[in-house]
Amino acid sequence: MTDASITTQADGGEASFGDYIALLKPRVMSLVVFTALVGLVAAPMPVHPYIAFCAILFIAIGGGASGALNMWYDSDIDAVMKRTRGRPIPSGRVGRDEALALGLALSGFSCVMLALAANVFSGLFLAFTIFFYAVVYTMWLKRWTPQNIVIGGAAGAFPPMIGWAVATGGVSLESVLMFLLVFMWTPPHFWALALFMRSDYDDAGVPMLTVTHGRPATRRHILAYTFLLAAVAFATGLTSIGGPIYMAVALVLNVLFLAGAFRIWRRDEVMAEADNYKVERRFFRLSLIYTFLHFAAILVEALLKPYGLGGW
Amino acid sequence: MPLTREHELHKRRRGLNTGVGLVLGGFVVLVFLLTFVKITGQSMQFPDNLPGTAADTAAEEG
Repeated sequence: MTDASITTQADGGEASFGDYIALLKPRVMSLVVFTALVGLVAAPMPVHPYIAFCAILFIAIGGGASGALNMWYDSDIDAVMKRTRGRPIPSGRVGRDEALALGLALSGFSCVMLALAANVFSGLFLAFTIFFYAVVYTMWLKRWTPQNIVIGGAAGAFPPMIGWAVATGGVSLESVLMFLLVFMWTPPHFWALALFMRSDYDDAGVPMLTVTHGRPATRRHILAYTFLLAAVAFATGLTSIGGPIYMAVALVLNVLFLAGAFRIWRRDEVMAEADNYKVERRFFRLSLIYTFLHFAAILVEALLKPYGLGGW
Repeated sequence: MPLTREHELHKRRRGLNTGVGLVLGGFVVLVFLLTFVKITGQSMQFPDNLPGTAADTAAEEG
């Protein structure tokens, strides 16, 4: 290799280790790790701490793999939108084929390793989650329906069920309710953001509810999903993973969240623009801690159980 | 310009190689410890000791 070829590659932007990590969407991974950990700890069967650590690691790698597959398929959209233009593929630092290879390799690796470390069911469940996010959401429904956020939310909601499956080897009412907690939370969270963030999804050809059905319809959708979310949150509290601490947290958060959704529903664009979307911004900020605190409360209940304090 | 001068590209490549090396080394340690935990865990059953096998029956009779 000559110096000339080195210079050319450097100008084109050769990937660093951090670029490959960026392909795995580490910020999304942190939510996956936390909710999967809560699902695993809240399950009634004890798991060896090291096996639990490995299982969470492989779930996180599986989540990262689906992120890489998403970046591979969506590189055309990412190149159009300002927010995503600097990602490794549109910026030219990582090739599309490299991202695909990394995504596929890590998908296979994470599922097989999870099946070996924990059980076959959880490995298959992780494979289904990756397939759902990469194929059903990214390739099929994201560019086709304005309900894309709802469907994408399902993929992000599976990790606590996988964590539960690592411990129990199956599915139960509690794990389904944890799934529904994230699933119902995702639409109001993203639609509130869509109301005050003038997104360039439209230029990229991705149908967003705010554009296809209008902003008043988006406000109605936020209120409807917040009601369903509150029902799920209280139902979770009545199962074996709930308890007085969880119920107290859920009560405060859901009253605040419902009040916020109600205010959003009552407003129109003129009112929102007059105060620079103050109510929508506050609702979005609350949504950021909403899921975290619900899952943290489930975790606290589970950790207190051995001392006879957690749970009902 | 000295021939030994390091280009920014070399630094990036070294970082990538070091990162991949550490990941692979970490994976070896991870699997080693996982195997250790699995073998020493109470739930681990070797084929010879499974209930109902010839070795198990022989052990009970002997």
